[in-house]
Amino acid sequence: MLLGKLTLDAIPFHEPIIMGALSGAGLFGLAIIAAITKFGKWGYLWKEWLTSVDHKKIGVMYIIVALVMLLRGFADALMMRTQLAMATGGAHGIFPPEHYDQIFTAHGVIMIIFMAMPFMTGLMNIVVPLQIGARDVAFPFLNSLSFWLLVAAAALVNISLGVGEFAKTGWVAYPPLSELAYSPGVGVDYYIWALQISGIGTTLTALNFLVTILKMRAPGMKLMQMPIFTWTCTWANVLIVSSFPILTGALAMLTLDRYLDFHFFTSEAGGNPMMYLNLFWAWGHPEVYILVLPAFGIFSEVISTFSGKRLFGHTSMIIASGVITVLGFMVWLHHFFTMGSGASVNAFFGIATMVISVPTGVKLFNWLFTIYRGRLRFTAPVLWTLGFMVTFSIGGMTGVLMAVPGADFMLHNSLFLIAHFHNTIIGGAVFGYLAGFVFWFPKAFGFKLDERLGKAAFWFWQTGFYFAFVPLYILGFMGMTRRLNHTDNPLWTPWLYAACIGAVLIAIGIGCQLLQIYVSVRNRKQLADVTGDPWNGHTLEWSTSSPPPFYNFAKVPHVHDIDAFTDMKEKGVAYEIPQQYAPIHMPQNTAAGVYIGGFTLVCGFALIWHIWWLAIVGLLGIIASMLGRAYDSNLDYYVQPDEVESIERERFEKMGIDFDRYDERETARPRPTKTLEQV
Amino acid sequence: MTSHVTALHDTHAHDDHEHHDSGASVELGFWLYLMTDCILFASAFASYAVLVGNVNGGVGGHDIFELKFVLIETFALLFSSITYGFAMISGHKGNKAGLLGWLAVTFLFGATFIGMELHEFGALIAEGHGPDKSAFLSGFFALVGMHGLHVTAGLIWMAVMMLEVIKTGLTGRAMTRLNCLSMFWHFLDIVWICVFTVVYLKGAI
Repeated sequence: MLLGKLTLDAIPFHEPIIMGALSGAGLFGLAIIAAITKFGKWGYLWKEWLTSVDHKKIGVMYIIVALVMLLRGFADALMMRTQLAMATGGAHGIFPPEHYDQIFTAHGVIMIIFMAMPFMTGLMNIVVPLQIGARDVAFPFLNSLSFWLLVAAAALVNISLGVGEFAKTGWVAYPPLSELAYSPGVGVDYYIWALQISGIGTTLTALNFLVTILKMRAPGMKLMQMPIFTWTCTWANVLIVSSFPILTGALAMLTLDRYLDFHFFTSEAGGNPMMYLNLFWAWGHPEVYILVLPAFGIFSEVISTFSGKRLFGHTSMIIASGVITVLGFMVWLHHFFTMGSGASVNAFFGIATMVISVPTGVKLFNWLFTIYRGRLRFTAPVLWTLGFMVTFSIGGMTGVLMAVPGADFMLHNSLFLIAHFHNTIIGGAVFGYLAGFVFWFPKAFGFKLDERLGKAAFWFWQTGFYFAFVPLYILGFMGMTRRLNHTDNPLWTPWLYAACIGAVLIAIGIGCQLLQIYVSVRNRKQLADVTGDPWNGHTLEWSTSSPPPFYNFAKVPHVHDIDAFTDMKEKGVAYEIPQQYAPIHMPQNTAAGVYIGGFTLVCGFALIWHIWWLAIVGLLGIIASMLGRAYDSNLDYYVQPDEVESIERERFEKMGIDFDRYDERETARPRPTKTLEQV
Repeated sequence: MTSHVTALHDTHAHDDHEHHDSGASVELGFWLYLMTDCILFASAFASYAVLVGNVNGGVGGHDIFELKFVLIETFALLFSSITYGFAMISGHKGNKAGLLGWLAVTFLFGATFIGMELHEFGALIAEGHGPDKSAFLSGFFALVGMHGLHVTAGLIWMAVMMLEVIKTGLTGRAMTRLNCLSMFWHFLDIVWICVFTVVYLKGAI
């Protein structure tokens, strides 16, 4: 009674693969804990990272979570491809259906919610405040809280591996399958609470960044002068605040069905399962644009920087992103044309879906025209961008194909669909994040990533992608549906082998990236970026040092152009040293986010296992920590000018600029920035 | 503390750049949050509209809604919006006692509303019309209950704010928070007008 539904049977001792994975993860975790203890880094970790409200550090932590979850989600993908390659012609492979169903559900949930979203959020955290010349986000504590809510949710998903089970419903958790009658275990409850908690964190992040972008831009920066990545993030945040509440609502209704015997989506007492599909995809379709729009922004920054040109059609890019944002809300029904809404409804949603290819096409031409007559440097981020332009176009075309309701009736839930959305999400969003990772890594850490391994990673990913997913298109045409555990059609077998090889190639690509990080950390002296501007960048994030000081800008820049930093370099004011620094207002670090995240984890776990007393303890803990934070008077402080000066002195001396002599020479004649300020 | 920070803000007035956590940003952020809440309510309304006819052979709206009772409940909440407005007027005049008095009145109206709603829910469940009986009742309890949970959260927040004002006075921080609560409270009123119209009036006809 005290532990609700939780008993020792919840731990899958009889499953060697799960126990192996658990002990492996456990050993790895112990090794990390031992290393931190040995080097006495707990205090540093707590003070400088876990309790930090610095958007750059929070961004780095987001990306670490994303990379860890990428490994977890990719392990699921490898298991699925191995299973399908083995379980042909009457063989049953290594995973029984009830385990396999959890694997594909976990793969989808992890890759979308716990890999792609934190990766996107991490890059946005690191880059957006720097691009708009701000010293932090509008609500630094809220930012930390969002991150810790994500961690709590990710922890729930990982706990489900060892305690109980995960959902066996597919990542969409359609009722009535996800209702208590058909999924009596805790799997769906893990799903519900993990998504609900991370979803609230995402909504808070979006609110935070919208206010940051609206209120904290550097003086002079008009909305239409904002860098394109900031703009695409803005649109993505608009999508988040308008679509995530629908997910919150749908999950809450499913929760009521499962916990309090409501009948929203049940197949009895008048419940309507199709309503869940509508609500889910009214969130789910905007969600894919939430993922891909910031990636479009990254490609734009990369292609313009490495072509040495301003982005072609900056304004049209902003408008195209806005059009995608609006249209993204008008196409959700194409996920279930087969529901039977009738010809007119299906035709409307089919046409709306096809129309999205127009603004997307505008973007593609803008990138091509940016390259045209530029001097493209073939760095790793550029390779990811070019790979994206080809791969994403193919994914877009198969999408338009499926937007025809008649064709969709044939292809619905086939592997053709699986190939299509991996084609757009990997070829669009993931390639973008990986390009952004290489592109902004020197900004975040002060040294570049190894170029050769970066290129190798790209080529393995790119070829692996085609090996893995072109066979799925073909298998889809051959009639193979998704979520099969084993097959016995000999014609499918060679294609299933090819797809498995593709997954292995991508695995090698990921291996290259891990090796790349290791090698680059080892060679960080040679790869160091002392200028803060390793790529000859265009926007404000490159105007400060790498990594930026915690206050980002010693003096808040004045913006006169879309490519604000290019403009500063052309005018010769890029590295100006003011006569005197002003005190800088900064937020204090706080552990409140960690506490609230911790209590949320406790509360979520207790709700999953029906341990009601513990859920109440968790909830009270959340409320108490929030009140504690609300009445904490130690919220902010001022960095004094002498501290700013010593940090800036160090930076300029590293760059070989004599801090004092520069000052004397500059004070001798009127300074260009002075005159600009007077204007 | 706040006056100290304000003084420092003035010293660096040349820095015409918005700071983090400034009152105006908090209010904008909170308003945006209310818009997300609006969409959450919209989802609940849409679901209710889909399910309203699915009574599963049981009761429908006209069988269970007591319009007079709900009308009184509605006026309790609407009056609480006016009294919250009076509280804010007192607050802006720096009249701490007036603010606290009007907040107390608002709190009483809000508590009356919640009490009446709980009474209605209790009576329905006792009569065998609980949310487990039909999709219509599920949608009804969820939509009205979600609004009730919001009002309850607002009441707790209001109690906390009254304590804060009693202890630390009408600081800038307290006024920012009272402004946010004000938006929240009026927002819930607007949502309730929709609930009253869509659920009770349409249901009773």
